[in-house]
Amino acid sequence: MRLGLVIDLDVCVGCHACAVSCKEWNASGSIGPLADYQPYGAEPSGVWFNRIRHFEMGEYPHNKTINFPMSCMHCEDADCVTVCPTGASYKRAEDGVVLIDQDKCMGCNYCSWACPYGARELDRATGTMKKCTLCIDRIYDENLPVEERQPACVLTCPAHARMFGDFDDPDSAVSRTVRERGGYALMPELNYNPTNRYLPPRRKPEVSVAPRPRGGLKDSLRQFANRLVRR
Amino acid sequence: MHPVLSVIFFTVASGAGFGLFSLLFVADFFALGGGFSRAHLLVGGAIALALIVLGLLSSTLHLANPKNAWRAFSRFRTSWLSREGVFAVAFMPLALAYLACIAFDAPLWLRHASGFLSAALAWITVFSTGMIYACLKTIRQWNTPLVPANYLALGYASGSLLLLLGAVRAGLDATPYVALAGLIVAIAAVLKAIYYFWIRSPGLTPTVNTATGLTRAGVRLFDSGHTHGTFLTEEFGYQLARRRASVIKVLLFVVGFALPAVMLAAVLRGSGAEAAAAVAACAGLAGAVMERWLFFAEARHVVNLYHGAQRC
Repeated sequence: MRLGLVIDLDVCVGCHACAVSCKEWNASGSIGPLADYQPYGAEPSGVWFNRIRHFEMGEYPHNKTINFPMSCMHCEDADCVTVCPTGASYKRAEDGVVLIDQDKCMGCNYCSWACPYGARELDRATGTMKKCTLCIDRIYDENLPVEERQPACVLTCPAHARMFGDFDDPDSAVSRTVRERGGYALMPELNYNPTNRYLPPRRKPEVSVAPRPRGGLKDSLRQFANRLVRR
Repeated sequence: MHPVLSVIFFTVASGAGFGLFSLLFVADFFALGGGFSRAHLLVGGAIALALIVLGLLSSTLHLANPKNAWRAFSRFRTSWLSREGVFAVAFMPLALAYLACIAFDAPLWLRHASGFLSAALAWITVFSTGMIYACLKTIRQWNTPLVPANYLALGYASGSLLLLLGAVRAGLDATPYVALAGLIVAIAAVLKAIYYFWIRSPGLTPTVNTATGLTRAGVRLFDSGHTHGTFLTEEFGYQLARRRASVIKVLLFVVGFALPAVMLAAVLRGSGAEAAAAVAACAGLAGAVMERWLFFAEARHVVNLYHGAQRC
């Protein structure tokens, strides 16, 4: 099994609901708490597993705003795991989820240096590294209804821009969507083989912004008169 | 990258310590300049070990959860950070055995064997320190074989200058020590110059286009999505103006390499040799600190592509 997320950049509206819901679930989850520094102060900051950036692609009038949620990619070749000196970071053989054992982490930050996606953040309150667990304490919880055994971010997304599933199964919904929509990985040139896939924005009909064609003789006369009067 | 003082002190001090210890063995083996006396060898070895231990202790200062530091020896098979710790700890008993051989007049073969093994382990440890940084694919300025080469060359250069100071103080013939230090400092300067030349050109690196996968048009950051800084901006957001970096590079070559070279010439001339050797050693170490600070400050992590950089 190779569990991961698919994020549809065409649909994401950039509302940050996935990040808030992630924080809500994981603050009391298996590797919580997620510390906040000055939450109501002048410089609010804290630990988040999921961050949404906003990019602009192309030049006006052919531009488009792309909302870009990012969390751990649960890479196949996860350097964060190989560089970890304590063995706190590990990748589960059974489902490919990358996790951090909070009891072993010494907070050296080395794994965050090895991660190109900025998925790992040090929690200053506990002195340990924290990251997306793919809601490991949710997806296998048999006390939850089957349809709720998904990561919190996927469940909460109001635009249905996020999907969760098994990429090893060629007939799973995520595999099919990635095939049909041309889902891609970020920074493939670094060879981390990330599991998560992004669906590219679709092409939109272009809105013309060229100046409107001029009217006839009557229009020209009226414009001429208007200009005279204004002077 | 944010330069952390404890890590800078650790790499400079332990590099100099390992360099000094290995060169002390070389000086002892070949009896350079008449050879150090037993007491001088012991004092020199103790200074080298003190530098190493202080460095290793200061490296634990940057840990957020140092009570788990003992676990860092466990992932020897994959992590260079773990390897460095294991080699540094393996070095200690061998180095102490070598010093004990000197102190208690052990047979020469035992003294030379333990000295050679500890010198080899010192080399491997400094190489591992360099590999901690060189193995990261996320930082172009570090992901080059020049990094472990620089770590070794600078560690041995500072070690050789400290050894020269010891030789002058012990009243030995300074000529072979000046030659040794001159050669190693020159090699370190050349390697560092090649490194700075190499990292000037961007080469094949990720861009904001490959980082977002949006390759069909130009992409720029609109909003980073957080009101204040995050762990990522604190750790990786450090930016050094190119002009300031150039000024520091010039200063580093003057203080770290040119000044020790001039002082080496002064040592050969004889008068005020001890002061000249002391200045050379201090300048070499100061240059190493500047080099290490710049090594961190100039490194640009690819996560900056998600915070506004177009390429790293």
